[in-house]
Amino acid sequence: MPPAERREDSIDGAVAQTQVHSEQESTNMKFAIKAWCKSGRARVGLLQLKSSSSLGQGGPPAKEIEIETPALLLTTRKGLPAFISPDHLSFLPSPDSRLLQFSPMHFMEGPNSKTISNIGGVHRLLGLQGYGFVAVPRDSILSLPESYSSNKNGASFETPCGRFLVKPLEYMKMITSMKPDLWVSLADEVPASVTAKRNKTSVDRTITWLDDCISLNPRERALFGSVVGGCSVEERQRCAQEVAKRNVSGYYIGGFGLGDSIDERSTFLHAVTDSLPKEKPRQVCGLGLPEEVLQGIAAGIDLFDSTYIYHLTLEGFALIFPLNGKCKQHVSDPQLCATAGDYTKINLKATVYRKDASRIVEGCKCYTCQNHTKAYINHLLNVHEMLAQILLEIHNTHHYLSFFRLIREAITEGKFEEFRQNH
Amino acid sequence: MALRFEILGRFNRARAARLTLPHFLCETPLFMPVGTQGTIKGLTTHQLEDIGCQIILGNTYHLALRPTSELIDEMGGLHKFMNWPRALLTDSGGFQMVSLLHLADITEEGVTFQSPVDGKPMLLTPEESIQIQNRIGADIIMALDDVVKTTITGPRIEEAMYRTLRWIDRCIAAHKRPKEQNLFGIVQGGLDPVLRDICVQGLVERNLPGYAIGGLAGGEDKDSFWRVVAQCTASLPESKPRYVMGVGYPLDIVVCSALGADMYDCVYPTRTARFGTALVPEGVLKLKHQSMADDTRPIDSTCECMICKNYTRAYLHCLVTKDAMGSQLLSYHNLYYMMQLSRNLHSSIIEGKFPEFVCDFLRKMFPEGDVPEWVCNAMEVAGIDISSCSTPLNSKLNLHTSSG
Repeated sequence: MPPAERREDSIDGAVAQTQVHSEQESTNMKFAIKAWCKSGRARVGLLQLKSSSSLGQGGPPAKEIEIETPALLLTTRKGLPAFISPDHLSFLPSPDSRLLQFSPMHFMEGPNSKTISNIGGVHRLLGLQGYGFVAVPRDSILSLPESYSSNKNGASFETPCGRFLVKPLEYMKMITSMKPDLWVSLADEVPASVTAKRNKTSVDRTITWLDDCISLNPRERALFGSVVGGCSVEERQRCAQEVAKRNVSGYYIGGFGLGDSIDERSTFLHAVTDSLPKEKPRQVCGLGLPEEVLQGIAAGIDLFDSTYIYHLTLEGFALIFPLNGKCKQHVSDPQLCATAGDYTKINLKATVYRKDASRIVEGCKCYTCQNHTKAYINHLLNVHEMLAQILLEIHNTHHYLSFFRLIREAITEGKFEEFRQNH
Repeated sequence: MALRFEILGRFNRARAARLTLPHFLCETPLFMPVGTQGTIKGLTTHQLEDIGCQIILGNTYHLALRPTSELIDEMGGLHKFMNWPRALLTDSGGFQMVSLLHLADITEEGVTFQSPVDGKPMLLTPEESIQIQNRIGADIIMALDDVVKTTITGPRIEEAMYRTLRWIDRCIAAHKRPKEQNLFGIVQGGLDPVLRDICVQGLVERNLPGYAIGGLAGGEDKDSFWRVVAQCTASLPESKPRYVMGVGYPLDIVVCSALGADMYDCVYPTRTARFGTALVPEGVLKLKHQSMADDTRPIDSTCECMICKNYTRAYLHCLVTKDAMGSQLLSYHNLYYMMQLSRNLHSSIIEGKFPEFVCDFLRKMFPEGDVPEWVCNAMEVAGIDISSCSTPLNSKLNLHTSSG
């Protein structure tokens, strides 16, 4: 069926189709709010996913993943973490570590959609049937929105194998073959520096593409509608209101982390979250640092991806911030100063760790801290061995997941604002 | 002596044994992965245990440079430093120096070279090599030998062989931990059977815990290679382990095991993984090749490893040589393959099914029956009948003459 015809159908039939969808659009996803913080925006929720790997495949019974939010989506390269192999992935806290994010554009170099279909979708492709996969076009490492080349037909992304213009139809083909548990509609994400006109266009396009995605939506998979609008409260609200009218399972808030400043961000976050129905989950991209995560949670965001861990790992940093809520140690700690670290992280390349037989964090239950010393990792970093990154990504992921767990506890106990102050 | 070697089964010259080392009870024949700098590239010690690695090799030259043997000693030895609970073996450092440093030179004193750190002239003596290895603390340590390439001819080979014998005494004298670490001597002598024999006799007189066959796996032709191994295994003591250094390809390991060798090491499985090549019963599978892009089969349908149970060639194709994960996953499979080969060699000898195993192995690798001549010759000496899986030599000759 040629795309033009399909578009006609979808516009005329939009109302009818959304009515049909409302009964079925959450076949594989449920979300419920369990606790609110005093200010009324931050919340703890429970996201339930029926692992879709066996839907319609006649395979083993569907697994259910239940994840408490706010939650961290683990970043991946082509579906697997950069350094943590699947066996080690299974040692991370569960179910906290069971949500993985990928961009369909990771697979521009292959395998192609047909092959991925033959294999049975991403869960089978990656040997991770018990995990939840969230497909997001934008990935801060391998699939960067390249808004200058985007046009009315599609969004442009910069990837290691070149620049690609991705149209909704193409995107949907990828989603259909990959069968993720949750997926985000194609959006025109623009940096903070664009003109008002370009920003407005990005909202129009994003809404149009959302409608395209909805009309092509494979019903058993939950769709998150994308909300953009840059650094304009009006556009943010307009986009959020429009998207809220559509029948989607949740919302993806794009456009942050592209040159916007953290100081002004809360305004725009609130403009969006206050215009969205409270009972549906919200995901954001580009808010990776601990303070950004806290800011997002305070605005009512439930799901975060973050390249924080990846960048820390590459540079030899290990997270050490105390997880008991009491944060500010004396910053004048000479050892920390000498190592270019601070009270949140240490750089294990520093010579001060050459003979340090202690664990990165005493009492940390991750594989790295249970098995290895700072001295060994220091050595691995100095001789450029891959095992250094493996061990660091394991620890950093474990530590960051624990951070999220603490946040959820704080919200549940009504102590979130206090927690945020301390960090 | 800090080991026990008990032969549990034989087939002609091949043996399956239990090798008890201070840190681990091993089963031979066995392959030892090379963990050059105190780690096997891209794999955790947990994974190495899962795969079934028994002994890992550390390179003395690299470790002495970084983090230094003194530091390793201070940290309680290499086992503790890298948290590897099983066995370790360190080489002497000599070979690495000669092959990595083009200004290295060998004199009676030792190996002189320029420090790669600051260019200062340095000297690695037999005494120093042993001291470094004592500090590192491996279960098996190697004597410093005067190793020459097998492609070299002339009086240098004889000089190197005799020097190796003089150096072994210096190594023995310098060895401070004979109750915890086993010093293996290395048989040199190039491709000259007379020299090899003198060296074997000389080392055996010193009554060492084990013996290595050195100076091979360096570019010599396969026919010379197997003959040296055969000669050495025939004259080395039965009751002690025999280690063929730098070997290697699965085929070479099968042949050497048939001839009576027990231990092997090589960077090949892990190095070739980083180039996208997987080890399979048929030989190798080049995952980078375009034909792999749509191939939804596992690397090897008969392999039980985590990689073959979960991943397709198509997915691995998109990872290898581009993503660190590709190296990890493929190294995992390749080492699993080598460990499985070791297990199969051990169990088939014990179960009295060694010839069947060899034939099955050769059949898969040479489905047309074109087993290389050197393998046929070696198997004949080993007393293994491979006529069921190889085209007989005279019919090969007939084909040649009739096609004119």
